[in-house]
Amino acid sequence: MDVQLSVNQDQHPITVDTRETLLDTLREQLDLTGAKKGCDHGQCGACTVLVDGRRVKSCLALTVTMDDREITTVEGLADGDTPHPLQAGFIEHDAFQCGYCTPGQLCSSVGMLAEFAAGWPSVVTPDVSAAPHLDEGEIRERMSGNLCRCGAYVNIVAAIGQAGR
Amino acid sequence: MTTVDMRYTGSALDRVEGLEKVTGRARYAFENFPADLVYAVPVQAAIARGEIRAVDVDAVLEHPGVIAAIWYGNAPRLVPSDNADLAVFQSRRVAYRGQYIAVVVAETYEEAKEAARLLRVEYAAEDHDVRLRADHPNMYRPEKVNPNYPTDTEHGDPDTALTVAPVLVDATYSTPAEHNNPMEPHATVAEWDGDALTLYDSTQGASGVRDTVAPLFGVPPANVRVISPHVGGGFGSKGGPSPYVIIAALAARHVGRPVKLAVTRQQMFAVTGYRTPTIQRVRLGANADGRLTAIVHDAFEQSSTITEFAEQTTTPTRIMYAAPHRRTTHRLVRLDVPTPSWMRAPGECPGMFALESAMDELAIACQIDPVELRIRNEPDADPESGLPFSSRNLVACLREGARRFGWADRDPAPGVRRRDRLLIGTGVAASTYPVYRRPSQATAQAHRDGRFTVRIAAADIGTGARTVLTQIAADTLRTSPDQVLVEIGDSALPAASLAGGSMGTASWGTAVVRACEALVEGLDRRDGDLPAAGMESSADTTEEIGAQRRLSRHAFGAQFAEVGVDTDTGETRVLRLLGVFAAGRIINPKTARSQFIGGMTMGLSMALFEESIMDLEFGDYLNRDLAQYHVAACADVRDIEALWVEEDDPHLNPMGTKGIGEIGIVGTAAAVANAVHHATGVRIRDLPIRLDKLMR
Ligand code: FES
Ligand code: FES
Repeated sequence: MDVQLSVNQDQHPITVDTRETLLDTLREQLDLTGAKKGCDHGQCGACTVLVDGRRVKSCLALTVTMDDREITTVEGLADGDTPHPLQAGFIEHDAFQCGYCTPGQLCSSVGMLAEFAAGWPSVVTPDVSAAPHLDEGEIRERMSGNLCRCGAYVNIVAAIGQAGR
Repeated sequence: MTTVDMRYTGSALDRVEGLEKVTGRARYAFENFPADLVYAVPVQAAIARGEIRAVDVDAVLEHPGVIAAIWYGNAPRLVPSDNADLAVFQSRRVAYRGQYIAVVVAETYEEAKEAARLLRVEYAAEDHDVRLRADHPNMYRPEKVNPNYPTDTEHGDPDTALTVAPVLVDATYSTPAEHNNPMEPHATVAEWDGDALTLYDSTQGASGVRDTVAPLFGVPPANVRVISPHVGGGFGSKGGPSPYVIIAALAARHVGRPVKLAVTRQQMFAVTGYRTPTIQRVRLGANADGRLTAIVHDAFEQSSTITEFAEQTTTPTRIMYAAPHRRTTHRLVRLDVPTPSWMRAPGECPGMFALESAMDELAIACQIDPVELRIRNEPDADPESGLPFSSRNLVACLREGARRFGWADRDPAPGVRRRDRLLIGTGVAASTYPVYRRPSQATAQAHRDGRFTVRIAAADIGTGARTVLTQIAADTLRTSPDQVLVEIGDSALPAASLAGGSMGTASWGTAVVRACEALVEGLDRRDGDLPAAGMESSADTTEEIGAQRRLSRHAFGAQFAEVGVDTDTGETRVLRLLGVFAAGRIINPKTARSQFIGGMTMGLSMALFEESIMDLEFGDYLNRDLAQYHVAACADVRDIEALWVEEDDPHLNPMGTKGIGEIGIVGTAAAVANAVHHATGVRIRDLPIRLDKLMR
């Protein structure tokens, strides 16, 4: 099937298998290997990308449903040669070790901060009618869809906390 | 012997490949695309024991895109080796459920996956035996335990000493099978060019994979090149080639095209190793003042029917505490289960859960503070070998940890501290890990522009190896890290030991220092006047390491945990975790802290969540994905900190380092379990600490 994929503002007219996931299309067809495959079942978050600004697990999205959507991957976060503040923060706080969960953590935190700015509450928000406050508990809760087996969580939370302020 | 000056070593340099990793440019194994590639999807056995009668190859060849289906019946023969796990498709026998028995190769991943799902296999199943129990009739005494320790040790007369001891702790502990689950699933891209094989592999040791794979295909090691610049974690499971590597190479040769193969998360629960479950009996005899008179630690474990992997579960007990009478043993049973292997601190990790839980029970029995009990049993020299310790600062870790954690004035009474719905408790445990160092080679090259390149087939699986080797080289070369390029992760580079046993920095660093020293000497002789092609020196540390003095070399640490147990649900949360370590000189405080904390986080995960459940009926692990096998998530990890004490040990290596990759996970689970006892009065001797074990 033919689709028009818009990734990091580049247009990609491509032909895909109807069974193909967005993750596999990005990695195997477009050579955008920043999005990682950790489980292929929506259980780890390594494949997280932004679709129209919202975080999505690309292993659970079929590419044929992505026509006309704007997709942002980790490769598209930086502003030219200037890393996104979260990317810089991750380096500064050593918020990764092997780096395999990192693209997903980064896309997820960009999406999460946008959700936060839009006033979305989480399960740990004490008062869902008030604007949530970006404390460590909120960050931890909202980032728990992204596993890190290297155990960089405390540094990830510190990096996001700094960037989110 | 410590010769490296601290200028850049000791400083918190950012990871040198940091930018590549945060921008998505760092390429991992599966992210290589040789021209004309095809996809391979392996098929797993659906029985736990028996024979494959037939595989319907022809039917799947009808499917679109399918190029080949390979199994025992049509597979090329490999050169026989003593590694039965790697003899893929060489026999009709099925040794465990989930074993790879066939592979389908197709033009696209979707086509290969579909055909693999449809491949019809006919079996002759036999009864299987997959249940580990200490009284299994086939328990035996292996010749040695991993990697090369004596199976049993005995000193004095422990049986009599236990009988007459005024205080006795006699308890059985158990730890479940656990799976490493690095975030990057194992993967290989294999490409043949005539008799030369290139593997882009996710491995902890490129040199080792080359040396193991080459003979199986009857080619010299020089014909095999293994490339793995970035590895998405391993934790032991990528220590040597697993069957998938051989399948990828075999399939690529069979179809005459490059093959990509990624192990799925589900498959990883059968084919890439795991931590053996253990059953451990610990007996401690002591005087009323807590001084140990006898220590006996017996471990029971499993391995597969085709490979003996005997974990060294009780070896830490051989060095931890003084006692005149002592015994440690290991017994193994071969079951129809997948082959267990290394998982972060194999041996020390489950072994210290048992020993350090028992020490807590002894502290309570003697009414002595658990920190003080450990200090009271501190040995002057290695309690079994009698060798002096190169350095041992467990006591300093315990004291510093107690001070920082606020341990003083702790009320030992269990089950009395409430905060809302929570029962609160604190616990302590010691940790330890041996200091290993293996021979490696390295080269150092000076370029005319003042820059240097250092080459060694080391691996950075997230440890920060590339970064610390850059720092070590810079100091030895009397330059700054930005002038040094360290090339690793390629078997074409000078051969190196693997990233395992927490020995990377010690092994590779020694080779790097020696190569850089030789280069500096050469440059000094020429007064800095370089030929156009630059200048290169090399080093091989085989002799140096072989000649090292016999000493007992170990890192030590102390872990402190505070937990809250919900009185309504029984859920345990770790509120605070503090680790204090004595591990020689720290080359990079930033990456070292991450290593310690990463280990402690995995230890927390082990304490509360991790458990692979054997399905006795079908004979394999039941929970085969990250939704069912729980690893700690962000919300599970609250306040966690790692510190270290200064340790100047001249008997280690030119950098003065001990390994730090594994010690962080050792003792964590015991500290948590001890804290849970302090909180609730319930002693959990069987990990993980699930809520059903606390609700009574
Ligand atoms: S790969 Fe998509 S959630 Fe794990
Ligand atoms: S950095 Fe390795 S899994 Fe997160």
